[in-house]
Amino acid sequence: MSGDLRELISAANRAFDQAKNLDDFKSARLAHLGEKSPIALANRELGKLAPKDRAARGQEINSVKSEITTLARTREEFLITERDNRILVEEQVDVTLPTRNSQRGGLHPLTILRDDICDLFIGLGYEVAEGPELESEWLNFDALNIPADHPARTMQDTFFIEPLSSKLVLRTHTSPVQVRTMLDRKPPIYVICPGRTFRSDELDATHTPVFNQVEGLVVDRKITMAHLKGTLDHFATTMFGDGITTRLRPSFFPFTEPSAEVDIRCFVCRGESDDCRTCKGEGWVEWGGCGMVNPKVLIACGVDVDEYSGFAFGMGLERTLMFRHGISDMREIVEGDVRFTAQFGVGR
Amino acid sequence: MKVPLSWVREFVPLPASLAAENIVDRLVSLGFEVESVQDLRNEIYGPIQVAQVLEIEEVEGQKKSIRYVKVAAHEERYVICGAQNFNVGDFVVLALPGSVLPGNFAISARQTYGKRSDGMICSPRELGMGDDHTGIIVLNPKQPGITKGSDAIELLMLNDIIFDIAINPDRGYAMSIRGIARELALGFNLPFTDPITLAPELPLNQNPEVTTPQLEAGADFIVLRSIEGIDVTAPTPLAMVRRLQMAGMRSISLAVDVTNYVMLECGQPLHAFDKSKIAGNLKVRRAGKTSTLTTLDSQEHPLGENDLLIADENGALALAGTMGGLNSEVTSDTRSITIEAAHFFPMDVAKNARAHKLSTEASRRFERGVDPQLPLLASARAIALLIEFAGGRYLGGKSDGAPSPSSAISLDPNYVSELIGGHYSHDVVKSALVNIGALVDSNNPIWQVTPPSWRSDLTMKADLVEEVARIEGYEKIPSLLPPSPISRGLTPLQKRARRIAQYLADRGLLEVQNYPFISQETIDRMGFTGARARSYRIANPISEKEPLLRPHMVPGLIDTAVRNMGRGVKSMALFEIGSVFRAPETIPPPPTVGTEKRPTPEEIAALYASVPHQMLVVGILLMGEAQRDSWLGKGRSYGWHDAIGLAQEIIEITGHQATVHRSDFTPWHPGRCAELRVGDFAAAHVGELHPRIIAHYGLPERSSALMLNFGALPVVGPTQVKPLSNMVPTIQDVALVVPHSCEIASVINALYSGAGAMLEKVELFDRYRGKPLAEDEISYAFTLTFRAPDRTLTAEEVGTLRDSAVAAAASLGARLRG
Repeated sequence: MSGDLRELISAANRAFDQAKNLDDFKSARLAHLGEKSPIALANRELGKLAPKDRAARGQEINSVKSEITTLARTREEFLITERDNRILVEEQVDVTLPTRNSQRGGLHPLTILRDDICDLFIGLGYEVAEGPELESEWLNFDALNIPADHPARTMQDTFFIEPLSSKLVLRTHTSPVQVRTMLDRKPPIYVICPGRTFRSDELDATHTPVFNQVEGLVVDRKITMAHLKGTLDHFATTMFGDGITTRLRPSFFPFTEPSAEVDIRCFVCRGESDDCRTCKGEGWVEWGGCGMVNPKVLIACGVDVDEYSGFAFGMGLERTLMFRHGISDMREIVEGDVRFTAQFGVGR
Repeated sequence: MKVPLSWVREFVPLPASLAAENIVDRLVSLGFEVESVQDLRNEIYGPIQVAQVLEIEEVEGQKKSIRYVKVAAHEERYVICGAQNFNVGDFVVLALPGSVLPGNFAISARQTYGKRSDGMICSPRELGMGDDHTGIIVLNPKQPGITKGSDAIELLMLNDIIFDIAINPDRGYAMSIRGIARELALGFNLPFTDPITLAPELPLNQNPEVTTPQLEAGADFIVLRSIEGIDVTAPTPLAMVRRLQMAGMRSISLAVDVTNYVMLECGQPLHAFDKSKIAGNLKVRRAGKTSTLTTLDSQEHPLGENDLLIADENGALALAGTMGGLNSEVTSDTRSITIEAAHFFPMDVAKNARAHKLSTEASRRFERGVDPQLPLLASARAIALLIEFAGGRYLGGKSDGAPSPSSAISLDPNYVSELIGGHYSHDVVKSALVNIGALVDSNNPIWQVTPPSWRSDLTMKADLVEEVARIEGYEKIPSLLPPSPISRGLTPLQKRARRIAQYLADRGLLEVQNYPFISQETIDRMGFTGARARSYRIANPISEKEPLLRPHMVPGLIDTAVRNMGRGVKSMALFEIGSVFRAPETIPPPPTVGTEKRPTPEEIAALYASVPHQMLVVGILLMGEAQRDSWLGKGRSYGWHDAIGLAQEIIEITGHQATVHRSDFTPWHPGRCAELRVGDFAAAHVGELHPRIIAHYGLPERSSALMLNFGALPVVGPTQVKPLSNMVPTIQDVALVVPHSCEIASVINALYSGAGAMLEKVELFDRYRGKPLAEDEISYAFTLTFRAPDRTLTAEEVGTLRDSAVAAAASLGARLRG
């Protein structure tokens, strides 16, 4: 390479180094890479050379220009970083300042739980069925094999609407939704029925006159109690964690036969403590009721009992919520204290 | 039902090695919830002995009477005693130093009232034998085993284990030692002795001295047996008294105790009448015109005409299956007794018990079903016990009616496996059914199973399946998931409800769930009238103050807000999603529909029509600060516009667009209330609450609320997209002066319609009142965005469009601000 060109590189390098800020650098770059820079001039003079010398000289000029450009870029990067470091430090804020100045919202924990349960069963292929809270006695009782003189139909348990001849009650369970479903569609039926229910109990730590249930109903060919047990195990494990399965105990409900109480493995001691306060050392906690749909119910709803069988189960949402979140008093759920609900936020 | 283990052991040889927990586990797996187990051996430790009182000395100078007593148990000693109900020579129960009584009450020798007391003479309560603490126990010396120094723990059965078992309503037979012993026998595969075999064969006869029964209603079988020359003052044997106590009953008199004892043992409620007080035949009949009955508890009951009575020529003697009458009670003068044993129909006794609020040991058994074969045998057993303990002569017995036989159930034995989903061999099915007492004819592929007389709950094959599954154990049922069905997921309306809730939560609102009860006073205070005030009245509300169902969502939200304000929360944004209840003027009467088959389509339609529609709504209450003052600047309070904005966005979530109209509905401020319409449908009312309501509840000023009937808005299909223009928009600002009387929404609409499709967007960016405008004028500044789909608009075109927009607004009285 010719000495004159080599000298251009070192001159540019010196000029860039002497530029202590971006403004100085811009003039230095203009001087050494701009249209009037020595390298640009050298390029322009190429035409004056004999054609045989042009190629070699041209290559040299290009390589020098590229080297100066690299030097410029490096220096510029350096200067930008230097400036940023200075300015960004000046712009530092206290990121720990409180940033939220409005209320946080949230869904009621029962809503979150209800939606989670519905999603779980939708995943299993169910649909969600709902019905009215003010319900006909026939749908709430008669169709479910709870005849007119059954103790459940007394004023002690059920809210009746005036006049009594209207035969309207506040539904005592979500089972009338099951009846409506069987009247409205043909099997196979796989539904989950969440909803508000009512019983004339005074509010205390474990009772509330207005509560929420979630019931499931399956009517299909060859449905067995083993399917019921499998569904409940899956439900319990999803709700309460791996290893929390169910135990069925023979029981009695007018609308199922065979009937069972559903217990879950104690989620606190897992059956491994004799003095567990949650399960009182029994290792199991009562969760809900279930059974194979009583043929009388299927018949009242027009399901062919020779072709189909079904199972049903039901749990209290409040109870499930208490289990999951360590709530010891049901009044906390129903009193509407915003501080209680706010703990759940919009998720979990 | 409380069951002493020693009693059960008489009929099933439960090995001593079987722990109480094992028995509990087996009972639970057979379907009997055990509410508690009371092992008396853990509560009481000896030495506790029978002692005879030798001398009594009053301790002087005490406020109440205190006795210093010399007693002879195994050895002689002195004790201090506060009770007065004993004399020299009486046999009492003495807890010696070193013994421990229930409640961890340790007895030791101690110095008291200036004397040394070397033990304690016990009252029934101190020994855990009931609540009686009026005096100490004085033992009857005629009873066997009453000798000085004998072990009172053994004698008083204070070493038993008592199981308190919850009996499901279908298992009446288990409300007896007989039933529980049978279950434990089959549960542990042990032989079972039926207690009813203890009943002697006592023939019925036509002896005219025997009271004659006569069934008119409410029962299918009755047996009366009479006995004369009985000493009713004879004491009830101690063992019987103790068993009654352990079962939760009190000892009353020998005649009553014997009937209760037989009831507990075999399950048949019995009643003992003073035979001399029965005039003529003893009838089971409806009350009809008979007006009152005074029951054994001295309560006078006015009778309903359908009440089921035991009656004689003179009137009511007992409320059948429920409680006896005072007028025919066995008293100390009684010399002859008639024992009544009947099979009353469950429903009649249930009605009796409910109508008179008398839930008795007898009524609870009859309601759940009593073995119809029992009256004959149970009455004989009672007579035999009476003669054994009180003497007398059996006069004979008479019956009316006959026990109804059980009908056979057809069962394909494979059905058990088909319904349960495990494998149950024919042998397993048969042995389970035989063990519960059924007759099984398995000669044909379809078996004929005749349930035992005490199992009135077994009426169909599913009942038999439960028996087999229960005896084999539900824990043997496999855990399988059913075949996977096909689901469409949530319905559009369900998705809508979820999205609204999530949207509001994300916008900073907190969800609540209020009780849907309300008072008339609140409805009036809210100013609801007409259809908005027409609610439903609960016949039996929890609180007489709030007997109505809410016709509106806002009052409940206010209540919750007030409750929270009481706990120190000042600002709240609340919402609730749920039903409100507005009664139509007439509710279609419910149809009468049976349950033996599917209702007809007409009946289903009538059933559904008899349940009035319930609106699915969202209610919102906004109060206090929307944003707090902070280092970023001044905060701001919620106002009517926040509520309207939320309502508009909720309606957009449903896929609709709302128009906003002035309204003056309660409970809102009449000048600050809007109605949001979708088409012609009033979907929401929204605005600032009426100042009087705000003042009454002490809410923050300008609190705002809304109720939106989102359930009624039709479901719309998927959004169809419009093509987007990539041309450069042209922005123009205009300021319009508008008369105060003119609603700005109509001006904005006029701008759009005046300019046509090229006017993409109108945004209000300023609002001004004051000089130099006239008093009734307001200036509004808008940014107009113009854009064509296919080209960039020229300045000339935009000018023309703008002029057309302004001209349309001018037709409403607006003018360009110069």
